Formats: sequence, C-alpha cells, structure tokens
Amino acid sequence: MTPAILFQNVSRHFGSVRAVDGVDLAVAEGEFFAMLGPSGSGKTTCLRLVAGFEQPTSGHIEIFGETAEGVPPYRRNVNTVFQDYALFPHLSILDNVAYGLMVRGMGRGERRREAEEALAMVALPGYGARKPGQLSGGQRQRVALARALVNRPRVLLLDEPLGALDLKLREQMQEELKTLQKTLGLTFIFVTHDQSEALSMADRVAVFHEGKVRQVGTPEEIYRRPKTRFVADFVGSSNVLSRAQCQRLGLDAPAASLRPESILLGTPTDGQLGLTGTPIAASFLGPINRVTLDCAGERIVASLPAGTPVPAAGEPVTLAFNRQDLHVMEEA
Amino acid sequence: MAMAAHQTHAPTTSDGHSLGRLSDVLWRHPKLFLALLLCLPLLWLGVVYLGSLAIFLVQSLFAIDDFSGLVTYEPTLATYRQLFSDANFDIILRTVLMAASVTLASIVIAFPIAYYAARYAQGVWKAVFYLGVMLPLWSSYLVKIYAWKLILAKEGILTWLFTKLHLLWLLDSWLAIPVIGGNSLSVSYTGTFMVFVYVWLPFMILPIQAALERVSGSLVEASADLGAHPRQTFRHVLLPLALPGIVAGSIFTFSLTLGDYIIPQIIGSSRLFIGQAVYAQQGTAGNLPLAAAFTLVPIVIMSAYLWAARRMGAFDAL
Repeated sequence: MTPAILFQNVSRHFGSVRAVDGVDLAVAEGEFFAMLGPSGSGKTTCLRLVAGFEQPTSGHIEIFGETAEGVPPYRRNVNTVFQDYALFPHLSILDNVAYGLMVRGMGRGERRREAEEALAMVALPGYGARKPGQLSGGQRQRVALARALVNRPRVLLLDEPLGALDLKLREQMQEELKTLQKTLGLTFIFVTHDQSEALSMADRVAVFHEGKVRQVGTPEEIYRRPKTRFVADFVGSSNVLSRAQCQRLGLDAPAASLRPESILLGTPTDGQLGLTGTPIAASFLGPINRVTLDCAGERIVASLPAGTPVPAAGEPVTLAFNRQDLHVMEEA
Repeated sequence: MAMAAHQTHAPTTSDGHSLGRLSDVLWRHPKLFLALLLCLPLLWLGVVYLGSLAIFLVQSLFAIDDFSGLVTYEPTLATYRQLFSDANFDIILRTVLMAASVTLASIVIAFPIAYYAARYAQGVWKAVFYLGVMLPLWSSYLVKIYAWKLILAKEGILTWLFTKLHLLWLLDSWLAIPVIGGNSLSVSYTGTFMVFVYVWLPFMILPIQAALERVSGSLVEASADLGAHPRQTFRHVLLPLALPGIVAGSIFTFSLTLGDYIIPQIIGSSRLFIGQAVYAQQGTAGNLPLAAAFTLVPIVIMSAYLWAARRMGAFDAL
C-alpha cells in the first residue's frame, strides 16, 4: 500500500544548521503518527516539509505517492493545526472556519453550513459570530481544528497543538483528538515534545534527536525496548546500566535499559536478576514511591508501589527484576 | 537568636528621601499621577492647538468688506459663498485630486518596501531599511525641493538620462499631455506630484511596515495551508490586516498634501493649491476670513475620510 507520507533520506539545512538530517519515514494511511523530540530536534521542520512551508535541501518526499518537492502549500491536500493556532484576527470564527472553502470558491450559503457543522463537531456550535480574541485558548484550539478539518484533508498535521493548554484541558483534548481521528479515519501527524502525550495517543512514534530519527515504533516498543540511551532517557526516565554493570549481571552488552517500575525490593527468584544498592533518597508520588539508589557508583531509580515498605536511607538492600525487563541497547 | 544575625534587604517603610515620599504619594493616588502625566499635553492640545483652531474657524464666519477691505465682525456665511465660487472651487478640486493621487501612488510604492522590511529584512538589512527611509527626513525640506527642481528642469539630469536612453520622445509625449504636462517636468503637475510622493513616502512606509510587522508569519502560512493562492492571501489576510497602517499613512500623505504650500510654489504651474491660497489670503490679500474658510476644507475632508474608513472596517483589526 502506498504510504500517506514517505520521506527518503530527507535533509533540510539552514546554513550550517542541520535541522533535518537524512530522515527516512513512512506514515501509513489512517495512522496516528507522533513525532517526538526535544525542541530543536527537527520534528517541527519535518512537519513543515510535509505542509510545504519548507523545501528539502536534499532527499525526496512523497504524499500519497506523489512527489511533494516544488508543490506549494496551497496545492497540497494536507492541513495544519498551528502551534499558535494562527486564527485570522480580523475574521469571525465562522469566516475563519470557512476560509479554506471560501478560497476554493464555494458559495456563501454552502460554506457557512459546512463551517457550522465543523464547529458543532468540535463542540463549539453557535460560536460563529465571535472573533478569535473573544475565545479562550482551548476554544481557539478547537476552532483551529475545525478550520483544518472542514477542508477534508487526507492528512492532518498538528504542531504541538496542546502545548498552550493547562493539564486538565490537555488530557481532555488528547482523548477528543484520538476519538476524532478514529471516527474520521484520517492520517494524523502529531508533533510533540511531551513523551506521555505521544505514548498515550499515537499508533506509532518517531523519536527525533539532533535532526535524525533515532527510533520508530509503537509506543510499547519505544517504551520497553529503547534502542539508544537518548531514547531510553527521553521516553520515560529509564535507568541506563553501563557495560560494567551489565557484565556484573552476566550480560555482554555496551549498555542496557531498565524501567524503574520493573524493579522490586527483595532477593531474586528463578529467572530474575539481582542488584545490591544503597538508598539515597525517596519521594512519595501518590501511586508510587520513587527511590534513588547507589548501585556500585551508579544511580538507579526504582518505582515501588505505594503501600510496600520504603527502604531506609543508608541501609543496603537487594533489588530484583525479571531478566526480560533488562533491555540491551546499541550504544552506550 | 539565629534570625537576629540575618540582615534583611527588604525595603523600609520610609527611606527618608523626599522623592521617595513623592512616589509613595503618587502610588497611593493614581488619579493624581494621571493628572500630572496628562496636564502638559492637554494644555498644549487644548489651548494651543484646539483653541487657536477654534479662533481661526470663528474668523471664517466673518467677511471682508469689499469697499474698505476691512473685516466686518458680524456672523455671516458670505465667506463660504466666496469659497465655493468657481475660481476657489477649482483650487479645492485641484488640491484634493493631487492629494488623492499622491496618496494612491504612495500606497503602491510603499507597500512592497514595507512588506520587505516587515517580512524579510533582518539584522543589518533592517537597520539599512530604517536608515534608507528616515535619511531623507534628516535633510532640509527646502533643500530637497530645490534639488528636485534642478533634477526635473529642462536642463536637468532626468532629461539628460532620457536623452541618453533614447527615450526623450517618451518624456516629450508625456509633457505634451494637457493639464498634467507642461514645458518641463519642473513646471508641470507631474513634477509637483513626483516631489509630493518623494517627500511624503516615509510617512506611508512606516505605518504600513508597523502594521505588517504585527501580522504573524503563521497567518500567511495558515492561509496558504488552507488553499489560498498568494493573490488570495494578499486580498483576504495581508491587506485587511495592513489596512489600519495604510489608513494611518494616507492620513499623513493626504493631509500633508492638502496643506502644503511650498512644493506647488517651487515646482509646478502657477495655479494655486489650498495651502498657497491660505498663504495668499491671510498675507497679501488680507482676507483672513477666506483663509480660515480654506483651512476648514482639509479638516472636513479628513473627517469624512476617517469616517468612511471606519465604516469600511479599517480599524476592526486594531
């Protein structure tokens, strides 16, 4: 099947800055695809390459099998939800939503009806007469979504759309976006620096770092089997064990990752491995107690379920974890 | 106690300075502060500007006695009848047409410059832009106009340039056009127009640039993203958002052209503009009421223009 979006060795350099550096990607149709990475990792530039605001310095991009290089944004069947929403301040909400239909020459009555429908879909019916300045951040976000979706794009690009919202609203919008994507069956490409957002919403995640894609996979794969130290660090705070520590556990690997929640207190049983460490600090985080330990000079973080005893600082304890939870990584 | 050793850097209730006490008083009485802030500008605007304007307008309700040549201090509309006599109405029409064409030309020339400065120029180029726009304002207005007289004269550099480019026929046929043509550019309306545009252009560029500067780049991208061709983006996004700047700039170019009396006197035909008429009426002719009536014309025109601009929604984006 032709992928919705295809990147072949795509680079975008700004002078000496390699914003995007040799990226290969394939996003399937109907997929919720997250581009995850810290700021400056190239994820937004990749999104802009799809939208057509940037042209690749080298490499090849296809949108539904058609070459995208040299195609201006207004000839691409993709729409963007901007980070700052980019609502037109001089137009009413209805005219904002109907903008894409208006420039395509749709009649006034018809486009108003479609825009009203789109507003109802994002739970803002009857808001059409207001100006963007009269809406809250969350409402503006919904208008931006309606304005993009009313054009029935084949791919919807979302550039950190939830970044400016407070936590509660963000969680609500995450669910709504996910539901919307499933009902419409659209391809969503979602840029975020929030790993929990990417993991909870996406079908697949690409982790960006310094202009390169470090790993692509399902949230589960990314979380359980990070390929590099960066991915292990960035996607949840994994413990990274050094080569020496690995050897101590009878493992010949340059490095290995171990999730804090995989670690238990107590002597290892069959199929388990063990570590000895001295607790340094502990903090209570509601459902878990987070304990930092010193294991032969390396810091290991363990998330212990609330209710289980918390080891006292300074008293050496034994830690146990399942053999398969220790994940070997490519580089140190 | 351990706390005793800790020296606080917190502000004291009174620092003893009288200036400090004054700021405390102003902080407690914000209205007093506002009054102090505004008293000087209000005095200036109210008394010096609006006051003298009012006195001037009252003058226009008097009329000059045709026999004695003295002003009769009795309210009458005779001066206004005189204002709309054929000769004087010609002056008004000529000035308004000139101001309108100067304004239109300024918008057309200023917009691309302002657009470049707002969207593309960065760092050094931004500084070059500001210098380039402001530099002409640093030199004397009169010097510039006399320089233009030399440039536009029959023996001037422009004629020379046209000759060198073998385009003199073009210049000649332009000058052969009635009304806007003439013996040479420096004695034609075309010349007056060119100098007006040159002198007022910065007043059009800067407000448009300021308006465009506030248009976030993502709005232009969003427009393209939603399928708008560049022409449509200009029509539906850039132009409406730049309109307050264009209106502000056109207020400058329009009213400055309406009131100027030096440029048409040095460059152009001998036919009068409003500014020259005011100058002549209050000076040599001694007809202060008519001069006052003439000054009312730009005020009425500008008020009507602003009202129309408001009706068209020029200030909605503010």
